[in-house]
Amino acid sequence: MRRVKTAIGLALTAVMLFPVYWMVNVSFTRDENMRRSPPHWFPVDGTLEGYRAVLDKQLPYLGTSLVIGLGTVVLTVVVAAPAAYALAKLRPRGGGVLSFLLLIAQMIPGIIMAMGFYAVFLSAGVLNTVPGLIVADSTLAVPFAVLVLTAFMSGLPEELLQAARVDGAGTVRTFWSIVLPLSRNALVTVSLFAFLWAWSDFVFASTLDQGGDHQPITLGIYHYIGHNNQEWNAIMATAVVASIPAAVLLVIAQRYVAAGVTAGAVKD
Amino acid sequence: MRVRLGSGQWAAWAFLAPVVVYLVVFYAYPLYRNVELSLRNYTVRSFVRGDAPFAGFDNYLKVFDDPAFGPALWHTVVFTVVSLVFQFTIGLALALFFVRNFPLSATLRALFLVPWLLPLIVSASTWTWLLNSESGVVNAALGVVGLGPVNWLTSPDWSLWSVTIANIWIGVPFNLVVLYSGLQAIPASVYEAAALDGANRRQRFWRITFPLLRPVSAITLLLGLVYTLKVFDIIWIMTRGGPSGSSTTFATWSYRLGFGNLVPSFGPGAAVGNLLIVAALVFGLVYVRTLHRRVP
Repeated sequence: MRRVKTAIGLALTAVMLFPVYWMVNVSFTRDENMRRSPPHWFPVDGTLEGYRAVLDKQLPYLGTSLVIGLGTVVLTVVVAAPAAYALAKLRPRGGGVLSFLLLIAQMIPGIIMAMGFYAVFLSAGVLNTVPGLIVADSTLAVPFAVLVLTAFMSGLPEELLQAARVDGAGTVRTFWSIVLPLSRNALVTVSLFAFLWAWSDFVFASTLDQGGDHQPITLGIYHYIGHNNQEWNAIMATAVVASIPAAVLLVIAQRYVAAGVTAGAVKD
Repeated sequence: MRVRLGSGQWAAWAFLAPVVVYLVVFYAYPLYRNVELSLRNYTVRSFVRGDAPFAGFDNYLKVFDDPAFGPALWHTVVFTVVSLVFQFTIGLALALFFVRNFPLSATLRALFLVPWLLPLIVSASTWTWLLNSESGVVNAALGVVGLGPVNWLTSPDWSLWSVTIANIWIGVPFNLVVLYSGLQAIPASVYEAAALDGANRRQRFWRITFPLLRPVSAITLLLGLVYTLKVFDIIWIMTRGGPSGSSTTFATWSYRLGFGNLVPSFGPGAAVGNLLIVAALVFGLVYVRTLHRRVP
């Protein structure tokens, strides 16, 4: 019976992941076989042309996305970690209202933020810049980060912080030397999600960085689809490469991912 | 004592200061500018110079009068409702399937997260090729069973269904994970008691699982609703809201008004966006209330 369930589970997973498999399959398909009917179900007689195109044309986009992702992680953690500490352990008056606002902030559609940012960035002269995009992308992650970190830090034993206080550690010292190291798992979760969302962002990139010199990989793929509809192996190869962070996240941080989904229950 | 309490408050708010400044500058201010956009008559020139004349609710009236308004509203409702129903049903069925552990179940469950983790541009472009009229594998499979090719993305009859299917695929993992954790929270003893009383599988589902899962289901659906209302990337990348507006929702309409044309109409674009935000906020408040009722 359990074997049968495993078999059914494998079949369901295969159906669910078929589009992902197909993306990989097409990325290895030769141009002349692309419109073949019926299509090749396996990348027999495959080619690496698509991946060569990625190396030739998409590396700058990938580099930009990496910088934007890392920048977003840093900004998110710097803003969110102290706030979470205060909300979890320092009982600020009005903390409840702030948490409520953060919950609501997650619900604002990205396209609306994008339009507002466009107006603000235009006046501030940071339209089409990487720092501008980092700021915009961080809005995807900051509310989530504060809420998840607060939930985690609330669980840290009070005696530990009290002991630190008795030993003469101030609030800042307690935060830096005790709370932050103990919150490592939660910080990893938050950072991974912040990176992934910044890496995946299309709305902000296509509105705030349309004319930028440094564009992220999402725009790289988008231009590809727009300009040469024929080279689908190159498009899908780029898509495969752009999926690597998601795959890495799943492999190295599987348990954090499921925890993150349920803890914040957030995604655009 | 009072002095120490005061200093504690100072320290607490010192730690909160970055996030408060952040929320004001990067949330409140862009939102304020967005409202302002919708209340003025902006052109590209006045956008740069910042001297657009005040227009009151003209932009909103223009949006309501637009012949595209009715279809966009209808598409938004259909897209949202159909996505939610299927995401939730499939997610629940899978959660029930996975809740009893079997060999490999944890690994397979993790693999189910893949569609949700992929960048939307990746999923959307993959689906674009899967659903391609001449060379897509979906039409090839339909051809095998003798069904004619469907113009998934290029026919106004099918485009909305195509983007909805892609969106369901992306949303199933989220529903699966949240409902799975909800199922795990139901104590096994309840089921054991029911089994002793002779309840069959169907009765156990409808009398135990379903009622006990209601709070989690409500939250899953409400969050799904708020997030589906926001969906823009998938539709824009797959169809750009077309052909001839047949898959245009409020989110893509707002984007097209603001950024999709050579001559941008920021005012109406912002107005459409603000209508969307009102809808999202209403459901958001319902969500928060549900959450508070669950955790008294």
